[in-house]
Amino acid sequence: MEKGRKLRILVAKPGLDGHDRGARVIARAFRDAGFEVIYTGCHQTPEQIVSSAIQEDVDLIGLSILSGAHTYSFPRIMELLKESNAEDISVIGGGIFPLEDIPKLKRIGIKEIFEPGAKLKDITDWVSSNIKPRAGIVLKR
Amino acid sequence: MDIVEQIVSGDIRATARLLRDIDDEIPSARDILRELYPHTGKAFVIGFTGSPGVGKSALVDQLAICYRKAGKTVGILAVDPTSPFTGGAILGDRIRMQRHFDDPGVFIRSLATRGHFGGLTRSTSDMVNVLDAAGKQVIIIETVGVGQDEVEIANSAHTTVLVTVPGMGDDIQAIKAGIMEIGDIFVVNKADREGSRNTVRELRNLIGLGARKRNGDDWEPLIVETEATKAKGIEKLYEAIEKHRAYFLTTNTEKWRQILQKRAKIQFVGTLKDQALRVLLERIEAHGDSFDEMIQKIVDKESDPYTIAQQIIDRELG
Repeated sequence: MEKGRKLRILVAKPGLDGHDRGARVIARAFRDAGFEVIYTGCHQTPEQIVSSAIQEDVDLIGLSILSGAHTYSFPRIMELLKESNAEDISVIGGGIFPLEDIPKLKRIGIKEIFEPGAKLKDITDWVSSNIKPRAGIVLKR
Repeated sequence: MDIVEQIVSGDIRATARLLRDIDDEIPSARDILRELYPHTGKAFVIGFTGSPGVGKSALVDQLAICYRKAGKTVGILAVDPTSPFTGGAILGDRIRMQRHFDDPGVFIRSLATRGHFGGLTRSTSDMVNVLDAAGKQVIIIETVGVGQDEVEIANSAHTTVLVTVPGMGDDIQAIKAGIMEIGDIFVVNKADREGSRNTVRELRNLIGLGARKRNGDDWEPLIVETEATKAKGIEKLYEAIEKHRAYFLTTNTEKWRQILQKRAKIQFVGTLKDQALRVLLERIEAHGDSFDEMIQKIVDKESDPYTIAQQIIDRELG
């Protein structure tokens, strides 16, 4: 990691459910762990999330979802990242997921899923050890 | 295509990445900035400042709509504070700027104040240059509060908008010292609240005290009442900003020259300080001196900041 490089994380809630307590708590936990959190709140479309993630040059997208709509929004976000040539941005999810969905989500490239009961410290520790800020741009001349 | 060409052609990903490198003080960013500099100087830069919660983000969001309607592309730099304890930050300005996500003519970037050696100002004006080179015609910088950083950011904008709300009498008192002079336009947002007229009147009185006239600046600051969340008064704000732009581009071109000089000076002095400090810190380390030990000596009163600084300057630059 380069000196002074700071991890940037987008925290967003895709879809229609408005229960953002979890997203807010995790945003604070990330802030307290020393990360820069871009918080975009509820009712985000996959297109909004990917557009924000690229403009903000984040290393990680943290999706909070309780509605069950992850079967649509998660794959769509992965698709859009691929289309935008931004597959180097990692994605994790937190919230409520049927157990059988978790392997499916991991197969499409979601790095980790945190279920209810996951400890904040475990989540921030996971991020610290698994997500590294990208390297600086090299000007080739 | 290399990174410079990508940015000049308006590539969003490349632009976003360079902004990050500037923020993180990656040395290669400076080489890229050098090559981008000839492509800068076309954008109109607007600074928005005011206390937290007065509605800056909502106003900037609305103003971006006005400029898009006028066919201009818009870049937004929204600055929020970093926690001084953890170094982390929650940046929430995008929440109020959602509608532009599918418009490639609007680029929004959230920034944390961090605690740069070189100061927030310099990296912010570097970032303005990047958005300028990337073809954004209007660049809006949004910052919290009325501290020194904000005054300097206002200095790096062409037009500065100060935002307040009714019923913050003390706020205007705080604004008075030094800040009244930098506002080209004053916005009283949430104007449906009680006391809006009073706030406008107080502002008008304070402006009347006129410290700015002494600087050969006869621009009479405009006061606009808005309700950002209901999109009221936004056209008036847009007109006021454009009026100020027309003022320095046509009526008072000397003022325009001053603005350009001031911006260039701030950027140059900032860059020089930053690079000089970086070089000195490297030399201190190369010399085998410990920065932390120096600090400790100052704390323990074994020495003082003046002596140590002079010693280093004499040794390295003398």
